[in-house]
Amino acid sequence: MIILNLIENEAKRVFLSYGIPIPKGRLIADSKQVADAAANLRAPYMVKAQVPTGGRGKAGGIIPALTIEQANEAVSRLLGSQIKGLPVKQVLIEEKLPIKNELYIGFTVDRSNRSYVCLSSAVGGVEIEETANKTPEAVVKTTVDPQLGMRSFHTLNIAKQLGYSGIQLLDLSNTILKAYRACIESDAETAEINPLVETQSGTFVAADARMVVDDNAMFRHTEYLEKQTEGLTGQEALAKKNNLAYVKLDGDIGVMGNGAGLVMATIDLLKLFGGKPADFLDVGGGANTEAIKVATEIVLADPDVKVVMVNILGGITRCDEVARGAVEALEDAEVKKPLVVRLVGTNQREGQKILEDAQVSVLKSMEETAKKAVELAAGENS
Amino acid sequence: MGILVNEGTRAIVQGITGRQGSYQTKLMMDYGTKIVAGVVPGKGGTAIEGLPVFDTVKETVDAVSPNASIIFVPAPFSEDAVLEAITNKIKTVVVITEHIPIKDSINIMAQAAKQQVTVIGPNTPGVITPGECKLGIMPSDVFTKGSVGLSSRSGTLTYEIAAGLTANGLGQSTCIGVGGDPVVGLNFIETLELFKADSKTKAVVLIGEIGGNMEEMAARYIVETNYPKPVVAYVVGRFAPAGKRMGHAGAIITGKEGTAQSKIDAFQEAGVKVAQKPSDVAVFVSRMLVS
Repeated sequence: MIILNLIENEAKRVFLSYGIPIPKGRLIADSKQVADAAANLRAPYMVKAQVPTGGRGKAGGIIPALTIEQANEAVSRLLGSQIKGLPVKQVLIEEKLPIKNELYIGFTVDRSNRSYVCLSSAVGGVEIEETANKTPEAVVKTTVDPQLGMRSFHTLNIAKQLGYSGIQLLDLSNTILKAYRACIESDAETAEINPLVETQSGTFVAADARMVVDDNAMFRHTEYLEKQTEGLTGQEALAKKNNLAYVKLDGDIGVMGNGAGLVMATIDLLKLFGGKPADFLDVGGGANTEAIKVATEIVLADPDVKVVMVNILGGITRCDEVARGAVEALEDAEVKKPLVVRLVGTNQREGQKILEDAQVSVLKSMEETAKKAVELAAGENS
Repeated sequence: MGILVNEGTRAIVQGITGRQGSYQTKLMMDYGTKIVAGVVPGKGGTAIEGLPVFDTVKETVDAVSPNASIIFVPAPFSEDAVLEAITNKIKTVVVITEHIPIKDSINIMAQAAKQQVTVIGPNTPGVITPGECKLGIMPSDVFTKGSVGLSSRSGTLTYEIAAGLTANGLGQSTCIGVGGDPVVGLNFIETLELFKADSKTKAVVLIGEIGGNMEEMAARYIVETNYPKPVVAYVVGRFAPAGKRMGHAGAIITGKEGTAQSKIDAFQEAGVKVAQKPSDVAVFVSRMLVS
């Protein structure tokens, strides 16, 4: 399933639109653009790979440059490379900020408290989990009352606890308030400014940012619709288009079923019996023949898959529809791979007959089926 | 009498004219659930499945005195529908709808707490007290009346476990889907409290999964309250990769948080028997009820 990550430049633009300053910079996708970009910026520079992951600095994705030549070199090194397995298609060249202090400001959902929570720290630039582990006293945690929202008196308190006073207290308080509005109005699950730089002149600037947007809120955020399919593999895009939840794993037994919990249980079971699941695919509730056919095709098309295990406990999902979809996909498949199926529930007799007629093994319990799948995969490997 | 829903439940269906709403209403009525009306704005005065349809929840309060509502309204309109039920103080609200934005759920839960309304879900298969009332979309034939209380974050996996219990002669008092979203109403601790007070329930089964810390909190509650009834847990997603959403919006390991191992460890330290595979659950429950 999709995690809608805004990369640094996108997240910063959101915060900027709420009035939070960001460093002067240019986004480029071609090393020929460096000279032009740098001409409008003041050296020294920071050259930053635009990939949706934390820990870019440690992974070599952020390179300081003193001159245009160095910037050029950094851009050439980053563009087209991979940072933590993610391809770098764009880099951001920015003016390096005169840093006095680095802070952390973040918002996320506190599931157990059923609310948003604001985490902040005067120790920024590192991951907040790290700070929370090493020096928990350095993290200020403020629960956002869902009915009040976050107000200036909350953010003033936070800014005070972070050690600021006078004009800077007001400035930081306002910055946190703006960040909160950006988070809430963007339907962010997580929004972070890290670091929020306190510059030598005492202003606050968002030097780096990230945001994860709730993809269930897309109906009111059409601006992100295209991002939903960005960077997906062919199989992931096909799954997304057909409303199937698909996650690629690293084994050789393809897995599909109805219901997230049931599919996770199937994966755990295959592992318990010594197998290696190749994916997680949840067809959801009430999938028809066409949806099952597409799902089976997605799993079969994975070159790592040697055997496919289907686990259906039909309620609103009808077993005959499942069987028909699976058989159609098998018939159309170029490479034949064995399918083992557990199929019980609504219309199970019809479903089982369709599969048996197509010479597909149907078993009663998910445990038997998982054992059989593991055996077959081991056989294919030997 | 089961917890949350029972013979005294009088339910309305919000979003009754949709495909799922009308189909599931019929199945619930076939099971014996007292559905008293439907609500769809703009369709007031019509009828479906022999039930009167109203434009607003308020009208149903005056006309048919409901004490529960089940919601089949599409996600973009769910927040308003649930808040309408809450504002009208409908005691128990079951939210079947999947894909409700987290921000909307946070607002819903804050209002529910204020009005002392129990929200179950969102993204839940519902609640069933076998033999009395089914307020949900679960296939009824896997459930039988008995003394095992079941609470789960999953849908089909609940049916799998319930079918296993039933096949082993272990009926259920009430089965609750708490929902697969990150922010849900009723949680494991609250269901444990309800089962504790319910004289029918002799043992409790909790079905958890990766994401959040509902299982860890339940484990702590079991220790701190010296929970008086035996509890069996089953936690899935042991081999789920971090940072990936496994079907449910709430099933995601973030950083080191929310792993299955952390939940399993917490349960084991609390003296809760943890199943490795679905069939273990019935075996463990049987042993506990005998001893």
